[in-house]
Amino acid sequence: MLSTPGDFAEWRGVARALLAGGVAPEDVSWRGAEEGASLFGDQAPVSSGAAVSLPRELLTMADRVICHRDPQVPARLYRLVWRAARERQLLARTTDADVDWLRKTDKAIRRDVHKMHAFVRFRRLGEEEGRESFAAWFEPDHRILRLTAPFFQRRFYGMDWAIVTPDARAIWEDEELSYGPGGTRDEVPDSDVVEDQWRTYYGAIFNPARVKIDAMRAEMPKKYWKNLPEAQDIAPLLAGAGARVERMREMAVSAANPRTEKWRTRVADDLLLDDDLTSLDAVARAVGQCTRCPLHCNATQAVAGEGPAAARIMVIGEQPGDQEDLQGRPFVGPAGQVLNEALGEARLDRRRLFLTNAVKHFKFEPRGKRRLHQNPTAGEIDICRWWLDKERALVQPDLIVTLGASALRGVTGKSASIKSMRGAVHELAGGTKLVATIHPSFLLRLPDRERADEERAAFVADLACARKLAA
Amino acid sequence: MSSKTILQKLAVLAHAAKYDASCASSGTVKRDSVGSKGIGSTEGMGICHSYAPDGRCISLLKILLTNFCVYDCRFCINRASSNVERARFSPQEVVTLTLDFYKRNYIEGLFLSSGIIRSEDYTMEQLVEVARILREEHRFQGYIHLKTIAGADPALVALAGLYADRLSTNVELPTEAGLESFAPEKKPATIRKTMASVRVGAEDAMEAAKGRLIGKAKPPRFAPAGQSTQMIVGADAARDDDILATADNLYSGYHLRRVYYSAYSPIPDASSALPPVRPPLMREHRLYQADWLLRFYGFARSEIMEGASGGMLDLSIDPKLAWALMKRDIFPVDINRAPRELLLRVPGLGTRAVDRIVAVRRTGKLRLGDLAKLTASVKKVLPFIVTLDWRPGKLTDSADLRARFAPPAEQLALAL
Repeated sequence: MLSTPGDFAEWRGVARALLAGGVAPEDVSWRGAEEGASLFGDQAPVSSGAAVSLPRELLTMADRVICHRDPQVPARLYRLVWRAARERQLLARTTDADVDWLRKTDKAIRRDVHKMHAFVRFRRLGEEEGRESFAAWFEPDHRILRLTAPFFQRRFYGMDWAIVTPDARAIWEDEELSYGPGGTRDEVPDSDVVEDQWRTYYGAIFNPARVKIDAMRAEMPKKYWKNLPEAQDIAPLLAGAGARVERMREMAVSAANPRTEKWRTRVADDLLLDDDLTSLDAVARAVGQCTRCPLHCNATQAVAGEGPAAARIMVIGEQPGDQEDLQGRPFVGPAGQVLNEALGEARLDRRRLFLTNAVKHFKFEPRGKRRLHQNPTAGEIDICRWWLDKERALVQPDLIVTLGASALRGVTGKSASIKSMRGAVHELAGGTKLVATIHPSFLLRLPDRERADEERAAFVADLACARKLAA
Repeated sequence: MSSKTILQKLAVLAHAAKYDASCASSGTVKRDSVGSKGIGSTEGMGICHSYAPDGRCISLLKILLTNFCVYDCRFCINRASSNVERARFSPQEVVTLTLDFYKRNYIEGLFLSSGIIRSEDYTMEQLVEVARILREEHRFQGYIHLKTIAGADPALVALAGLYADRLSTNVELPTEAGLESFAPEKKPATIRKTMASVRVGAEDAMEAAKGRLIGKAKPPRFAPAGQSTQMIVGADAARDDDILATADNLYSGYHLRRVYYSAYSPIPDASSALPPVRPPLMREHRLYQADWLLRFYGFARSEIMEGASGGMLDLSIDPKLAWALMKRDIFPVDINRAPRELLLRVPGLGTRAVDRIVAVRRTGKLRLGDLAKLTASVKKVLPFIVTLDWRPGKLTDSADLRARFAPPAEQLALAL
């Protein structure tokens, strides 16, 4: 016989003894105190035997399920632990009738707990020495106060509070949690000073054009409404919804508020484009508004070149990658790291170079949480050359280093292979020298360690050659 | 101008905030007030403290700091040219309201947005100030969602990330063309740059956490519940395909936790450019389902659109079923043998049901009766699966399969 319904410790004590004594479920009759003593007395033939180990998951669930009001619960739980002690994988067999019952009952309890977390409404009692105190009345479906009180303790540590239910009460006072007997609704004040504000908020946040009563009721069943101050407004809000939408429709169009005009001028200023692109800053601003090809639609921002206008060497890559696109600067991602290291080995100072790309917007294919780099087409490179040419005209470098085939096309306008161009110094119209090499991202893609080392050394050699040529 | 009472301001500024779909309070770190001896906790899972008669959950105090706005976005009730009643809270007033509501267990925290006044930076500073007072002066441990103002200084965004659980920047409309015609002052590039600064902020914080020395205090988290956005559906001519393409780009580019789709809902004092129609709620619902397929079911956007027509999702059946009806050669799928990825493609099986099937398969073969315990929608699954005691036979290929699932045809209401 159990004296306190919903008390897990008590049930566990009895169940443990029965289990150790090898008492089969069908030989036990579980009764609560309110059901009275059995005709034959309650002395079960219990002997203490070896401790039985049970899966932790079963105990956690039993701890919750014991709170269920169904009087059959202690007996069914005992049958489960009896079986679980004999069948290793019992809990995993969710299709078993007992396990199915356990999981469904547990779910009902967890839902009840969740709803209590959500729908308890505290009312203020007063304040003493800067510490406020509150009380709430709540009627859970099951005896779950013990399961929910720690949540309120974690949440409302800095105030005193009590939650009264018909079965029991929980009290948090002077940083200590205690339990007491059940109570009645009139122990808790029937209103609160901010309830008007809360109801005003509730009414204002409701959109009359999207009434969905069933959706509301599914999550907030009527049985909870009597404890929710805002619930008394549901009916009037619904009753007025149709008329409000109708009124919106009738007054659909109204004259513009004259305040609008003030702002218009500022917007117009923003859109002014620098027509004479006589500085690198002006080019950077202008390229930021470029819509010459569709790549601007999905990229975050155009990434203009970076470096001193007096730079003697201009290094041109393909296009911004993921990180460059986010940060708005060239060569700051993984390929930029490789480039930085190679520049260091070739004894080239990055701060004295002008770094830019053949294409100014990032081209990619979304794949889940990543953006996969896509090569720009010849057309996209050619359209973007307009910007590259502006940068070249302003910097007027002695030497250009192109990284990869796209950069080469951006400079020469032709699709030549790097292989055929590499290892020689080419002269561009106007006397600028050109060194063509690979793109550093190529090195990141080489799986063969030996080959990667070779390619990397060749890349550094190309950069070192550029340094000598520009000297 | 007479000053308004808190109650009047609350009515105006909550009303103005209701068109933002987001109210989630989930996905952040676990925190409580035990250590701080203050107020508030977050438990990972969000809690809806109430539901409005529009079926939407109320989890956060969702308000604007002010509904004055210098922008003139046509779909927005707060646009400069609207004649709506205006109000403005001081940061302290919002703090008091939040704490008062929180202590009574009405809310999980605060969702704070604002019309743009003076400048983007000034507005953002005001939002951050509310969060700062809550966190620093009141040791508030509840949930805070701040709207980032597109175009605000990245340094302010970085500061916001230190106080907020979630940041969001609304893209407003799914296409550039839509934004240009309905919100000419808002630039898609500005919005994306702000989202980028949130992602960069989060990644920097993660790097800093990795590099810290053992024993040193934990560096502050940056918006642990990530960032989200909202787009309005049905105000402009964008098709579902365009909408999902935009969502896809945003998920991959800025690692958004969520994209909210908000059916365009008529607003009081609307601009003449907008349809005074009922909000397309079913379309909104289908987009959320498609979004789920993208994120949790391994579908590519192009696959989802195979079940669509003319770039629009089927309104009468869900997108996974629509896809399956076009791909009958893949079905039926053997519940006892199919890999997880394939089970996820079966209409009627959700991620949880699939996980349960995979787990229970290890203990024995499944029959139809077993399946009924693992999923609520056995009827829907029948034509697409094989179990020990069930084969759909010709059902999978039957011509009227779609009709079995689509709601019965209704006579269209005729316009007068």
